[in-house]
Amino acid sequence: MTVTVAGRGMTEQAIDVLIIGAGASGAAVAWSLAETKMKIVCLEQGGFMNPGEYPATGRDWEARASSDFSISPNTRQLAADYPIAEDGSAIKVANFNAVGGGTVLYAGHFPRFHPSDFRVKSLDGVADDWPLDYNDLAPHYAENDRMMGVAGLAGDPAYPSDNAERMPPLPLGKSGEVLARGFNKLGWHWWPSDTAIATQPHDGRDKCINLGACITGCAQGAKASTDITYWPHAQRAGVELRTHCRVREITVDESGLAAGAIYYDGDGVEREVEAHVVIMACNGVGTPRILLNSKSAAHPDGLANSSGLVGRNLMFHPYASIQGIFEEELDGHRGPHKIFRSQQFYETDPADKTRDFVRGYTFEIQRGQGPVSTALTGLARGKIPWGAGHHAAFRKLHNRIAGMVAICEDLPEEHNRVTLDPDLKDSDGIPAPRISYTLSENSRRMMDHAVAKASEALRTAGAINIMTQAPIPYGGWHLMGTARMGTDPARSVVNKWGRSHDVKNLFVVDGSIFVTSAGVNPTRTIQALALYIADQMKQRLANLFD
Amino acid sequence: MTTTAEAFTDAQAETLGILVNMIIPASEDLGLPGAGDERIMTDILATAARQREAVAAALAALDEISLAIGNLDFAKLGAPARDDAVAAFRRKHADGAGILATITTQCYYRDDRVMRSLNMAARPPFPLGFEVDQGDWSLLEPVRGSGPIYRETP
Repeated sequence: MTVTVAGRGMTEQAIDVLIIGAGASGAAVAWSLAETKMKIVCLEQGGFMNPGEYPATGRDWEARASSDFSISPNTRQLAADYPIAEDGSAIKVANFNAVGGGTVLYAGHFPRFHPSDFRVKSLDGVADDWPLDYNDLAPHYAENDRMMGVAGLAGDPAYPSDNAERMPPLPLGKSGEVLARGFNKLGWHWWPSDTAIATQPHDGRDKCINLGACITGCAQGAKASTDITYWPHAQRAGVELRTHCRVREITVDESGLAAGAIYYDGDGVEREVEAHVVIMACNGVGTPRILLNSKSAAHPDGLANSSGLVGRNLMFHPYASIQGIFEEELDGHRGPHKIFRSQQFYETDPADKTRDFVRGYTFEIQRGQGPVSTALTGLARGKIPWGAGHHAAFRKLHNRIAGMVAICEDLPEEHNRVTLDPDLKDSDGIPAPRISYTLSENSRRMMDHAVAKASEALRTAGAINIMTQAPIPYGGWHLMGTARMGTDPARSVVNKWGRSHDVKNLFVVDGSIFVTSAGVNPTRTIQALALYIADQMKQRLANLFD
Repeated sequence: MTTTAEAFTDAQAETLGILVNMIIPASEDLGLPGAGDERIMTDILATAARQREAVAAALAALDEISLAIGNLDFAKLGAPARDDAVAAFRRKHADGAGILATITTQCYYRDDRVMRSLNMAARPPFPLGFEVDQGDWSLLEPVRGSGPIYRETP
């Protein structure tokens, strides 16, 4: 049964803009469009988080990272979560379903793309170029930086000058010092990471106090999750945010244009909302899921899918973990996870004969772990025994682990894709997404290279033992490419300003529209793109659907 | 008869208590309790109750192995036979052993006595947070002087 919005027995007047998803991109586009004074409604399947209940407030803070604050929706199984069929994927999806989306659990590592990342085909002969470039996004990167608040240091030789407003960088700490000395001995690039973490009071948020629990939500409010950055501003500007509303499908009118959405409210009641413009902001899995589930006579293969590319070209970023064990005591879990980055092996370098792959990767240098994680790591790697010897072995690891992850560029391949599972459904009966994903040979070679180089850096820094894992199987934090942008409607889903080629009042603003993945965390670019698209929409309001 | 949160029988709780002490035993040298210490065990049972089915299945598997080895439940085996049973359990039921070890570890390393022995404050991270040294930023000087390493685009 479909009932009208709010169950008031009358049809709600059609809204101007319907945004689906209140995460990184949905929040940014909502805030930006609010100045138009259009009636904007955002539907979000989760609710607002209460930072007072984040794990860091309790003694069980480490344990909760593997239960209700797990990065895997299949582990969490909270009411806001939908299941994901991912047996056929070498990398499992990580996400979070709430106002703020994945930014609630991300580490806040916040690099920009390089200019070369938008010209992959031209420079390296692989994948495709983007239909826009770094300079198109530069002002929106800056705008997003102001809204999110970025800590870091200007002058990184791996990037063009950007004049971004930055708070002071996160502390190097003992871990950072030790590892930086290793990079210096090798003459390798490193630079304090740009992070979306306030190191001084910023826009009503307090500064970081080194809880060391960024990835289970920041109880201090120093980390920039969009529930505490964009959303308060967007709501004050008039955007309506409806929580616990899970969208089943986008509806279309007789001409095939988007007409609104059918969704389930928190009580499981089916409702329909009409809208003149629909914006998808549900990430690289959630967006193709809804589009593929929005079949109609005009769009028999799903909405915006005349190219057949909705759901295809899924990119994750294969991650490798390389951790060193040191004799001296380091920071342990104290402090934000990320310290600095190295892009020594980021840009393609034909002169470097050690590389048997195209494109490159970033090292994200990390502090250590809490005692529970340390013990579990030691047990899993055979470095801590059961029984006699447990305590002595534990003490050789406690506060003595530091290292890095390598985030490897994932190139688009059409066979890596999101489809609808024929059997698995969420609690509202909506088909679950199915992930089919294999690691490419290029990714494997890149990870091998990263593991070897990171091990070299750690040994040079003084590590006495190295622990590696490649790929990190539950490391699918970045969901990209499944509704790619481009100029050719046969080879892309949306145009260069995020509008569907097929449905002229349907936009996509999340990581789905990425043409390539770069070798850095995508959130800053996702948000810059969302602001860019919002800007393009505002400039074209008079002829938005032409 | 059942115990904690009506989740486990006394026999299951006894088996679990013996096993967790074999995972993390007491240390006289360090003055540390084993994981079977009463206070820690209360936490373990409460935590295990949230995964009752998986924990019960693992304990049943351990008893089954014990019966095969010594014709007795695990709790009634002598020490050498218990070692054999645990070794076989870890080999044949790695997932179940992993669940029990994880629960044990999660509860042990948040006990006040254990945290203090590690020179850690026995408190959650929030609201006090932690001090972290700024570190020596002069280390960045060689990198500053290296020149651009990004590629210009056409």
